[in-house]
Amino acid sequence: MIWVARIFSTSIGKKQLMAVTGILFLVFLTTHLLGNLSIYGGIEAFNAYAEHLHALGKLLVVAEVGLVVALIIHVTLAIILFFENRKARPIKYAVDKSGGGGRTLSSQTMPFTGLLILAFVGLHLANLSHHIVDQTNRTIFQIAYEVFANKGILIFYLASMVVVGLHVRHGLWSAFQTIGANHPKYMPFIEWLSIFFAVIVAVGFGSLPLAILALK
Amino acid sequence: MSGKNINLTLKIWRQNSPEDRGRWEIFQAKDISTEASFLEMLDIVNEQLALAGKEPVAFDHDCREGICGTCGCAVNGRPHGPDRETTLCQLHMRRFQEGDTLVIEPYRARAFPVIKDLVVDRSAFDGVIQAGGFVSVNTGQAQDANNLPVPRDDAERAMDAAACIGCGACVAACPNAAAMLFVSAKVSHLAVLPQGRTEAARRALSMVAQMDAAGFGNCTNHKECEVECPKGISISNIARLNREFIKAGLASKE
Ligand code: FES
Repeated sequence: MIWVARIFSTSIGKKQLMAVTGILFLVFLTTHLLGNLSIYGGIEAFNAYAEHLHALGKLLVVAEVGLVVALIIHVTLAIILFFENRKARPIKYAVDKSGGGGRTLSSQTMPFTGLLILAFVGLHLANLSHHIVDQTNRTIFQIAYEVFANKGILIFYLASMVVVGLHVRHGLWSAFQTIGANHPKYMPFIEWLSIFFAVIVAVGFGSLPLAILALK
Repeated sequence: MSGKNINLTLKIWRQNSPEDRGRWEIFQAKDISTEASFLEMLDIVNEQLALAGKEPVAFDHDCREGICGTCGCAVNGRPHGPDRETTLCQLHMRRFQEGDTLVIEPYRARAFPVIKDLVVDRSAFDGVIQAGGFVSVNTGQAQDANNLPVPRDDAERAMDAAACIGCGACVAACPNAAAMLFVSAKVSHLAVLPQGRTEAARRALSMVAQMDAAGFGNCTNHKECEVECPKGISISNIARLNREFIKAGLASKE
């Protein structure tokens, strides 16, 4: 097992763990969005989706544990890499200018959008997780409606989806690059997919609270 | 082709030794021909400093024809100055305007300590090369050319990576001071050729270990290195290094 520790304590090894866990979150985002789009089928469809999901039982628990482990890995490594990178340039440039076509708003804000997403996930679970919120007397639609009726929370949710979009925009193609999947045949598609997926996530998830509010 | 002369204000980082804290000094570069190269402009300024009994500005240079990788510092925040795929020695003063202010500072990275003024110690790169940037061959009679068939595309890709002159602009440009473009170019130009495959796994692991030990940062795919590389090395080499690394780590005996 020593070789495992040796590989994943290197700079590339750490980044590849970041990439793999990141891709896992992208898969999760896709399924989470697809499921929640059931709101556009009406209140019954939405409640039925939630019931079917919870009926998965053990399978759901396995997925949840997997996501929590991935989250711990992703965040821990992000913090380590962030401080290592700061240490690598102890004296900053007086003039720090990009040559253009390199860093983007999204790539430069990854640590900060990441932290914001972490805060959002905390609030989101506290608001809506079936482990935390009692669902015996209320349907998931009623719970969600009450949450989003609070203007402050609604705005935080909408802003958070833009933040998630920003994180995904750099994260998606970056993950492919880091695991070594960069080829002239498909890299242009992956770069395009990064932007497309970011917009879909921001607009798709962002529309859900509004759809819920519109349905009462 | 006739040039004109321009006047510039130079804000240059001065540092007497690695231990010195360093400071900024302002110089007026007067009557500089736009046909002078950037380093010739520094030569002119240094000559005036020497005549005035002051210490000239130390900067690195050797070939002055863009092939050795010795020159380089940040000009207005850009390693090797504002031109694409151009080393500092190949940058010309016609790129600048009358009255411009140029901020000239050394490459900033923990792994590249400043020796004096604009000169940095890039021996961390030598350490990476020593860790695996070679192929072991038997001595004796040279092999017949074309004994080992190499597809043309592979040869081209190897040559593209081998164009790296090891100047350190990638580290300088990277917001994380990562050396991935350099290391990936050195791994790639051997990894795509049959001669380099034998030691490929060991090479990837030991060069990456040495890179980490030298105190470079971690790549976060900002692509700044590719933008500033005077030889136009592509970040697809970084992906190849990532591939070589994971292959070596998970599927080799190393
Ligand atoms: S001095 Fe040789 S590349 Fe500039």
